[in-house]
Parts: sequence; structure tokens; C-alpha cells
Amino acid sequence: MIEVRSLYKSFGDKVVLSDVFARFEPARTSLIIGASGSGKTVLMKCMVGLIEPDKGQVIYDGASDLIALPETERRRIRQQIGMLFQGSALFDSMNVEENVMFPLTMFTKMTYKEKLHRVNECLERVNLSHTNRLMPSELSGGMKKRVGIARAIVMNPRYLFCDEPNSGLDPQTAIRIDELIREITLEYRITTIINTHDLNSVIGIGDYIVFLFQGKKEWEGDRYSVLRSDNQALNDFVFASRYFKEIRDQLVG
Amino acid sequence: MVIFGAMISFRFFYHFGRYLTLLRKCFIHLGKRSVYWNETMRQCVDVGVGSLVIVIIFSLFLGAVLTVQTAYQFTTPLLSRSIIGSIVTNTAIIEMAPSVTCLILAGKIGSSIASELGTMRITEQIDALEMMGVNSAAFLVLPKIIAGTVMVPLLVMIGGFLQIWMGLMVGVWTEVLSAEEFMQGSIQYFIPFTVTFALIKATTFGFIIASVASYLGYYTSGGALEVGRSATQAVVASCMLILLWDYLLAQMLL
Repeated sequence: MIEVRSLYKSFGDKVVLSDVFARFEPARTSLIIGASGSGKTVLMKCMVGLIEPDKGQVIYDGASDLIALPETERRRIRQQIGMLFQGSALFDSMNVEENVMFPLTMFTKMTYKEKLHRVNECLERVNLSHTNRLMPSELSGGMKKRVGIARAIVMNPRYLFCDEPNSGLDPQTAIRIDELIREITLEYRITTIINTHDLNSVIGIGDYIVFLFQGKKEWEGDRYSVLRSDNQALNDFVFASRYFKEIRDQLVG
Repeated sequence: MVIFGAMISFRFFYHFGRYLTLLRKCFIHLGKRSVYWNETMRQCVDVGVGSLVIVIIFSLFLGAVLTVQTAYQFTTPLLSRSIIGSIVTNTAIIEMAPSVTCLILAGKIGSSIASELGTMRITEQIDALEMMGVNSAAFLVLPKIIAGTVMVPLLVMIGGFLQIWMGLMVGVWTEVLSAEEFMQGSIQYFIPFTVTFALIKATTFGFIIASVASYLGYYTSGGALEVGRSATQAVVASCMLILLWDYLLAQMLL
């Protein structure tokens, strides 16, 4: 479980996050949604310690406040975190196998055979068997995301962070990536936090949704309550098109 | 004027402080040694083998030019022609091989390191390393600095040897002086310390090229434009520092 308590972050005069509270439970796909520039990525990067917040706490499992921990302790917690980046962030100089194997090489004493077995297991899990020798430049956008997921789960993480996992993907591939993340979350009982502004993700996998608006938590709920919410800012964001608005009116009406 | 000076000083100390912090970060929380060893070897191949062709071509031409131009300036019959061999050898060892070769290497290695790290930064690969709990500075920068510090002196030695050899060959081909005269001049006025001096310079310059380029690449922010800018800055800053340290080392050691 991860708990965010009263998080503040500004860049110069611009307040990006202001008094954000949230609680992310294990075995649930939690979504942080909001328009571009609403502070989603900054919140996520504060939660993993890539950006230092001005004030607030990020509590892992009710005990450790990541913000207050020294660098060595942070690294220990980070080894329990898997992260899928927006652009996948695969290492260009390594092939698929080496990319996925990298955390194992860095932090375990497994033999090459054991590591390869684990890598193949993860690649199979994301439906990418037999792509071991391909370089990142030879992969499609969806494949890169899946390799990113395989690399994120190879160490059996307790927490999974995904920064806009389906941006730049076609709707079908995006849904497949969402389903994959949800399956993995339930299978391994991971605390999964996804940063997105994709409506399909909101409706499809949002067990817990935090809506950020101008740096503040404007609304929270699940994928069922999002359809019936009367929060104006949320409705303007989720049902941005007239078509979706009509559907929502029919549902609520 | 005072405000401008203060701003320049502030920027200098800001960058110098951050540069030292990065170097310090390279030596703390190191992970598995075997992984670092493999990465260092990969960088040595990149820096050393990757720059070998340009060093060979550059050194051969520089050696040829050195002999022709030195011979052009010593037309008087009062001086022995073996003096040409002496000047070519000493100039190659003291200045041309370590300094001028390193200026070329600053362009080749510096831009390559800065753009590699800059691209890794803007595509979040460095963030990905940090997220895994890897000390990205130690993993990415330290092997490059070691490779630069070890491989650049080797390249300089090869470069120096080729410059002298080519100088001799061109002297013989153009009938400016015989091989015996060239060798006689080279040996007669040879000071062994110049080799040590050249290696000290090459090691220093190798460190400067790798560390400055790594610093500028590692802290790149923005997009493709900024990566290009970092690469250019890396080359310019490395060249300036090489020239500065060239003078300082000559002043201190000769």
C-alpha cells in the first residue's frame, strides 16, 4: 500500500501539486487522471523519489516515508518498484533479453541459466516469446511497452508505476496493454498506479481513480462512480466530446 | 561590468560544484563489480578501438606535415639536417601527440559521450536506471571516465609513434634527409622525461574529455535540440580545458 499525505510541489512560481492526499491499495489498478499539465507525472515522480516534493509524505506500507529516507534506503525501496515509462525507456544498446535481464544481473546472484529462464517467463507473460535477440529499434510501440512491462515485473515488484502506458498506441493495442497490466496486478497482488488520460483505461480498469485538476485532488472514486459523478471539472475532462456527454446523459438519465 | 563578472563567477561555481558532485556520486553505492567491469570494457572498446582509425589517419598526415614544414624553415647549410629529426621527434612527443591528438579526440569522444548520455536522459533511460535502484552516475559515467583515462594515453602513444615514423618516411621520400640523419637527430636530442610528460598530459586530457562530456550529457534537459547543444558544449569546453591544462602542465612540469 502507498499513501500520499499532503504533497506540495512548485516549480518557481508555478504551483504544480497542492495538498494532495491519496491511498493506493494492493491488487487494485489505481489511476491518476487529469488533463495535460495537471500534475500527474510530477505526482508520480514525487511518489518514486525522482522529483523532490516541497512538502508532504509518501508512505510505503504504512512505515517508510520515501521522502525522508536517505539515498541508500530509497534504493532499497526502489528495488521493490517496477516502472513503465511513457516512452518505454528501454536501453538502446541492449537487446530485449539484456533489457529484461538487466535488473536480475544487477541485483541477484542468479546464474545465467536461471536469469534466462526468468526472462523468458516474463516475455511469455507479455506475449513476446522469441523476441530475445531483437533490438529496441526493431520493435513497434506496443512491443516496446510490453518489453517495458516485462522488465518492470522481472524482479517480482510489490509496486508497479506506469506513466501513460497506452499513449501513442492504437485503441486495440492500448486496451491489450491495460488488460495485461490489470492481469499482472491481480496475479501478483501488486500495488499498481497508472498515470493516464485515456478514457478506455478509466472505464476499463479503474478500480480506484484520483482526478487531478490544477494541481489539486478534485475527485476520487472508481470506474462506476466516475460515470455518475456530478463534479463539473471531472465531467468536462472525462466526457470531453459531445458524443460521450450524450451517452453519459442517457446512462444517468 | 561587476554584475556581469559576478554572474559569470556564479555560473562557473554552479557548474564546477555540480561537476564535483557528479564525480563524487560515481564512487558511492557501487553495485556488482562484474557489471561495472563489463561496462568499462565496452567503453574501452568504444573509446579506444572506435577512435583508432581517426588517430592513425590524423597522425600520419601530421607527421608528414611536421617534417616538410620543419625542413622548409631550415634551409641554411650552417645547421646539420639531423636537427630536423630532432625537432620533429620532440614536437611530436611533447605537443602534437598529446595535445593536438586530444583536441581531435575531444571532438570524436566528447560529442559521442555527451550525445549518448543526453539521449539517455531525455528518453528517461537514466530515470529508469535510478528507478531500478542503480546508481546511474556510477554505472554510466565511471566506466566512461576510466575508459577515457586509460585509452587516450594509449591512443596518444600510437599517434606519437606514427607521427615520428611518418616524419622519417616523408623526409626520406622527399630527399630532405636520410633515415640515418633523422634517427641521429632524434636520438641525440632525446630527453626521456618528455615521454613521461606526454603521458601525464594524455592521462589528464583523457580524464577531462570523458568527465566534462559526461557531465554535460548527464545533466541535459529538454529535447533533441538540447542534446545537440550538449554535444557542442562538450567539445568546446573540453578543447578549452585541454588548452588551459596544456599550459598549466608545461608551466608546472617543464
